[in-house]
Amino acid sequence: MLNVIAQRLVLSVPVLFGVLLFGFLLMQIVPGDPALVVAGPSATPDVVAAIREEMGLDKPVLVQFWSYLERMAQGDLGRSMISNKAVTEELAAALGPTLELMIGSMLWSVPVGIAMGTLAAVLRGSLVDRAIMALSVAGVSLPIFFISLVLIQWLGVTYPMFTFIGRPGPWYTPEGFNGLFLPALSLGLILIGPVARMTRSSVLEVLKLDHVRTARAKGVSETRVILAHGLRNALIPVITLVGLQVGYLLGGAVVTETIFSWPGLGRLAVGAILSSDFTVAQGTIMLFALGFITVNLIVDILYSLLDPRVRK
Amino acid sequence: MTATPLLDVRDLAIEFKTEGGAVRAVDGVSFSVDRGKTIGIVGESGCGKSVTSLGIMGLIPTPPGRYAGGEVLFEGRDLLKMSAQERRGLRGGRMGMVFQEPMTSLNPVYTIGAQIIECLKAHGMRNAREARDRAVELLDLVRLPSPSSRVDDYPHQLSGGQRQRVMIALALANNPDLLIADEPTTALDVTIQAQILDLMRDLSDRTGAAIMLITHDLGVVAETCDDVVVMYAGKVVERAPAKDLFDGPMHPYTLGLMAAVPRLDTDADRLETIPGAVPPPWAMPAGCRFASRCPLATDQCRQSPPPLREIATNRLVACWRAPIEEIAA
Repeated sequence: MLNVIAQRLVLSVPVLFGVLLFGFLLMQIVPGDPALVVAGPSATPDVVAAIREEMGLDKPVLVQFWSYLERMAQGDLGRSMISNKAVTEELAAALGPTLELMIGSMLWSVPVGIAMGTLAAVLRGSLVDRAIMALSVAGVSLPIFFISLVLIQWLGVTYPMFTFIGRPGPWYTPEGFNGLFLPALSLGLILIGPVARMTRSSVLEVLKLDHVRTARAKGVSETRVILAHGLRNALIPVITLVGLQVGYLLGGAVVTETIFSWPGLGRLAVGAILSSDFTVAQGTIMLFALGFITVNLIVDILYSLLDPRVRK
Repeated sequence: MTATPLLDVRDLAIEFKTEGGAVRAVDGVSFSVDRGKTIGIVGESGCGKSVTSLGIMGLIPTPPGRYAGGEVLFEGRDLLKMSAQERRGLRGGRMGMVFQEPMTSLNPVYTIGAQIIECLKAHGMRNAREARDRAVELLDLVRLPSPSSRVDDYPHQLSGGQRQRVMIALALANNPDLLIADEPTTALDVTIQAQILDLMRDLSDRTGAAIMLITHDLGVVAETCDDVVVMYAGKVVERAPAKDLFDGPMHPYTLGLMAAVPRLDTDADRLETIPGAVPPPWAMPAGCRFASRCPLATDQCRQSPPPLREIATNRLVACWRAPIEEIAA
């Protein structure tokens, strides 16, 4: 197990380097001059030139990249060009709410999706199956901003049970939970469809296998056949899918956070890009990438927990 | 023979729903198995022998499968009239089954011990310690080396032959009275085949379990079985004690099967084959199903299906022209 983790960590180094390079190049390519942003609209050309020199922007690109790498290695992501706060500080403040939103949405939608998919597989061809599949298609095809707006209108305005602006507190306080409810509900809805569909087809596939017949030949109860032999083996592809979907979820989080004024990474990234706050944008991109690497690591660990053939 | 046989299959018919209508894979099959005896069910692929065995176990997926008639009496009680719950109690309990494919018949994500223990628990063993001890004991019984450590192995850590031993251990877990083995050695290489057959025979002698051996391999039957049922296209064509059958087959199909067995003591360049192919299930002829491939077929054979009738003591043949020994001679 430790072996697997170590191996994956080593493999993630080049990925991380690629992300750093990409973040750096992106900043070189995008239109807009960082020095201009820092100096403000009324600065004279002299001031802008001075700031450019101070930021090292007049040096050759490779030199800039090297000093950028040096700073990254020290955990120095620079300061926001708008608020002048340390980028790490801004990221730290936004990370908690985003994690809360992601975990909150996955915690309900993954189990519900798996349960729906299993039910659909067991009752294949029935009305229940068709209803579940229709729902999951709807979940995939409806854009998240539309779902969010409908939910806000329904559960926030018509029946005002939940707040939908900002994050009133951490999730474990009553207000915080109330505020988390709608964003986590709408973000989770985009995950249910793919998870239910994948679970259904995976369970159907597994139930056809010889070892399921063996389980029946042992006189094991049908519930146990489906859960312990069908679903248990079917979870492996589902986990992969959930890992991949976390990426979409991050994208969805950008939209969801904007709609619900959720003070997370997505909103921070959008704000930074719109206001040409290069350092913060760079920082959020890196954190997203780091998030991906972590999720993949978790998926790999789950794999080896679920499938003994992967273990070494 | 007045005592109730352990298993008495009477006129069993099993159908499968297909797009082209219902297809009868097993059509009026009858035979019985006595306690402690070994019966071989022989026939080529698609003759209904596997479906018969799955039907007895209650493992036919319904739908598309359907019991279309007949009875399966287990100690005089009709399995087809039992509740699903009752049948489940028999499966893995008093009836065990070994399948053809040892490589895929075990669940890859559980240890072999866990899979045996699951079967023990499904049939009432509550104590975990006791169940584990029994699992080790079973693995020892099927001669898996160092059973007390291998009980925690996963299937992928075992070879095909070892996995088949585990399957046999699983089938024997709750001391069944009937062990159904569906081509248990087909997927194994020849040296392992002999070991597995020896093991099954030995265990049957020790536990008194009857064995129903489904195979297409006449050599295996000759070595192992007391009685033989020969099936063709969903029907029984000949039933006889193994010794008598090999001494003198009475049905042209059985004769053809035997001629097709490669032999070392003759100097043939080519293997004998039976010309033609089994008629597809949706186009079964009105008369004898073997008529189109039978060198001895007459108009009567092509027009009306021959009943299974007793031609000599303990010898049942479904052929209008049987016994054929004289004809062939």
